[in-house]
Amino acid sequence: MTTVAHVHDATDSPFALTHLDSLESEAVHIFREVAGEFERPVILFSGGKDSIVMLHLALKAFAPAAVPFSLLHVDTGHNFPEVIEYRDRVVAEHGLRLHVASVQEYIDAGKLRERPDGTRNPLQTVPLTEAIQQHRFDAVFGGGRRDEEKARAKERVFSLRDEFSQWDPRRQRPELWQLYNGRHAPGEHVRVFPLSNWTELDVWQYIQREKIALPEIYFAHEREVFARNGMWLTAGAWGGPKENETVERRLIRYRTVGDMSCTGAVDSDATTLEAVIAEIAASRLTERGATRADDKLSEAAMEDRKREGYF
Amino acid sequence: MSTSTEQPTAGHAELAATTLLRFATAGSVDDGKSTLVGRLLHDSKSVLVDQLEAVEHASRSRGQEAPDLALLTDGLRAEREQGITIDVAYRYFATPRRRFILADTPGHVQYTRNMVTGASTAELAVVLVDARNGVVEQTRRHAAVAALLRVPHVVLAVNKMDLVEYRESVFAAIAEEFTTYASELGVPEITAIPISALAGDNVVEPSANMDWYGGPTVLEHLETVPVSHDLTACHARFPVQYVIRPQTAEHPDYRGYAGQIAAGAFRVGEQVTVLPSGRTSTITAIDALGESVDIAWAPQSVTLRLADDIDISRGDLIAPSGDAPATSQDVEATVCHVADTPLTVGQRVLLKHTTRTVKAIVKEIPSRLTLDDLSQHPEPGRLVANDIGRVKVRTAEPLALDAYADSRRTGSFLLIDPADGTTLAAGMAGESFATAKATAAVDDEEGWDF
Repeated sequence: MTTVAHVHDATDSPFALTHLDSLESEAVHIFREVAGEFERPVILFSGGKDSIVMLHLALKAFAPAAVPFSLLHVDTGHNFPEVIEYRDRVVAEHGLRLHVASVQEYIDAGKLRERPDGTRNPLQTVPLTEAIQQHRFDAVFGGGRRDEEKARAKERVFSLRDEFSQWDPRRQRPELWQLYNGRHAPGEHVRVFPLSNWTELDVWQYIQREKIALPEIYFAHEREVFARNGMWLTAGAWGGPKENETVERRLIRYRTVGDMSCTGAVDSDATTLEAVIAEIAASRLTERGATRADDKLSEAAMEDRKREGYF
Repeated sequence: MSTSTEQPTAGHAELAATTLLRFATAGSVDDGKSTLVGRLLHDSKSVLVDQLEAVEHASRSRGQEAPDLALLTDGLRAEREQGITIDVAYRYFATPRRRFILADTPGHVQYTRNMVTGASTAELAVVLVDARNGVVEQTRRHAAVAALLRVPHVVLAVNKMDLVEYRESVFAAIAEEFTTYASELGVPEITAIPISALAGDNVVEPSANMDWYGGPTVLEHLETVPVSHDLTACHARFPVQYVIRPQTAEHPDYRGYAGQIAAGAFRVGEQVTVLPSGRTSTITAIDALGESVDIAWAPQSVTLRLADDIDISRGDLIAPSGDAPATSQDVEATVCHVADTPLTVGQRVLLKHTTRTVKAIVKEIPSRLTLDDLSQHPEPGRLVANDIGRVKVRTAEPLALDAYADSRRTGSFLLIDPADGTTLAAGMAGESFATAKATAAVDDEEGWDF
C-alpha cells in the first residue's frame, strides 16, 4: 500500500486507548451491566479460547470480589480430555460453581437420538435450553463473535430469546450507544455476547498480553488423526475412524475447540503463543472455514441452529 | 486441512495495529456503497480465501467475468430483501496502522433508525454521493443524521468519478455544496474525497486518473483521523454500574464503585459529588482492572474508591464537585423513533439513561422533523417508526442528564415500553443542531430549529 507522505498524519491523542484496551473496557462494561440488571446470569463455558477469555474478563470486572455468575458447560460426551481437565482445574482455582448439561445423559435416557453422521454439536441445543429453563437463568453469556460467521454477524450484544430459547432475527432490538436493553418477560432470557466486536486475532493477542493459560490442544502436538470431509479429526472411541478411513500420526493443533466429531485440526508446528499468532495472522482461511464441519452441513447451518436456541 | 501460508499477506503487519476506529457508512444502494465496502475489505486484504471463493463462485454463476466485490456484502442484502433483517451489519478489518469496526448501514429513508444505530457509536461517517447526481435529498438526510448524532468526522465520498471523466470541476462543485450544507448543520469536520469504488480510485490506492487531487485516499484518512477528543474540554462523568464489596478476610472493608468512565478524566485526590443525592467525597483510589492508577479517562472501565462511606448505588452519577450536571425531572430532547408501534403523547414509558432506568411519561411531542427537506411539523401527536421529533418527558426521579452536544454518553437515553421491553426511541437531550438559532432566523415558519 502506497502512503502519501504529505497527507495529514495526525497522531492519536495521548488519551487514545489501544484497540485491546478499548475492547476489554467494552466487554467489562457489558459484564457489569448484566450483573447490575439480571437475577440469575450464567457464563457458557466450553473450555475453548473464547469462553476462557470471557471468564478472564469477568474475573477482572469484579476483582477483588468473586465473579457473581456460575458456569454452564454443555458436555457433548465427545470432548477432548485435555479440555475437561482444564475446565475442572479453572473451576477449582477460582472457586466457581459449574453446571453441566450432558448430551450423553439425554441420549442414554432416550430423549435425544444419535445422528447417523455421529456429529453431536447440533444435539447440544436441547440440553442447553432445558438447563436454562431448569435453573431459571435470565442472562446467558456466550463467547460468540460477529467475525466468526454470517449469522453471528447479525447478533446483538444483548439478544432476547423467547421461552423456547429461539432467536428471531426479525425481532431484534436496535442497539444504540452503550445502552443495552435487557428487559425480558418471565421465561424469556437474554443471550449476552461480550466479545461481539472482537476478532480471532484480537482474542489471541489478548491471551498473549494477559498471559492466559490454554488447554494444550491449541498448540502443536503429535496426535492420531484421520481425514474426513477434508479435515483432520481425532481418532477415538467417539466413532472414528470408519473402515475406509486410515489413522496417521501428524503434527497438528486445534484452532477452535468443540466436539471431537466435528472439530478439525490444522497442520501446524506452532508450539508457542507467538507462533500461533503468526500462523493465524498469515492464514488465508477463516477460523470456521478451516475447522468446522457443522457449519458445512448447509449454507445456513449456523442460522438454523441459532434460531432453535443454539449459542 | 492445513493453514495456508503460501500467499504473502497483510496479516503480519496487522499485528502492529494499535488503535481502533469505529465508523459508519451511509448511502443508498445505487451510490455504490456495497462496492466501496467490498473494495475497502478486499484492497486492505481483509477478505480471506474461503470468503473470496464464495464471491467468485457467485459472480461466475451470475455470468460476470470479474468477482463482483459488492457480493461480499450481498448475503446480508439478500436477506434484507426477503424481509428477515433490515439491519446494521458490523464488519471488522485491520491495516498495519489501525483496526476498524465498520457499521454498514442501509441508506434508505425508511431505515433511518438503522443509520441512527450505526452512527450512535461511530467516530466517523462516510456519506456516499454519485458524482453524476451530486448532492441530493438523500445526501442531506445523511448529513442531517450525522449532525444530529454528533459524529465528530464526516467523509464525503464522491463516487463514480470514472463516469464523469474524473473532472475536478464536478468534484469541486459537489464538495463545496456539501461542505456548506453540513457546516451549517454543525458537522465539525468534513473531508471530501473523489473516488471510484468500482475502479479502485482513491479508496485504498491513490488514483492515477486524478492527479489534481492532493488529499488522502479513503483508507489513509480512516487510518489517520484522530480517535479521541481533547479530554480537557469534556465534563468528567462516571455512571455507577455496580458496587463491588468482596467482604472477604483479605478485603474486609473494600467498597468500590465499578463503571465505565463516560466522559473526561478522574484523578486520585479529586473532590467529587454523587448525583442525585448531592453528597460529596474524595477519590482515594482508582483500580483500572487490576492496576492501581492515579488518573483514568473515558472510555476506561475502572473502579473508584472514595474517602467517605456514603450511600451510592447503581444508577448514581459521580462527577467532579466543581463541574457536576444539574438534575431535573423534565427532559427535553430530540428522539429517533425505532419501534414499529408509535410513540404518543401521554404514553407511560421507561427511560434508560446511563445505568439508571426510571418511569416516565411523554408530556408533549412539540414537533416532527421531515428529513426530506428538514422542515418541521408542529404537534404531530405521535411519532412512528423512523420519525425524528422533539419530545418533552417527565421522569419519576431526577436525572443527571447532560446535553447530547456536550456528551454523547451522558446526553443519550432510550425510551422503553414497560409492557414488553421494546426499545421505542433513541433520545438525545438538549438542542440538536449547533446552529439551530441562526438557521431558524432565516425563515421562522419553515426553519427546522431542532
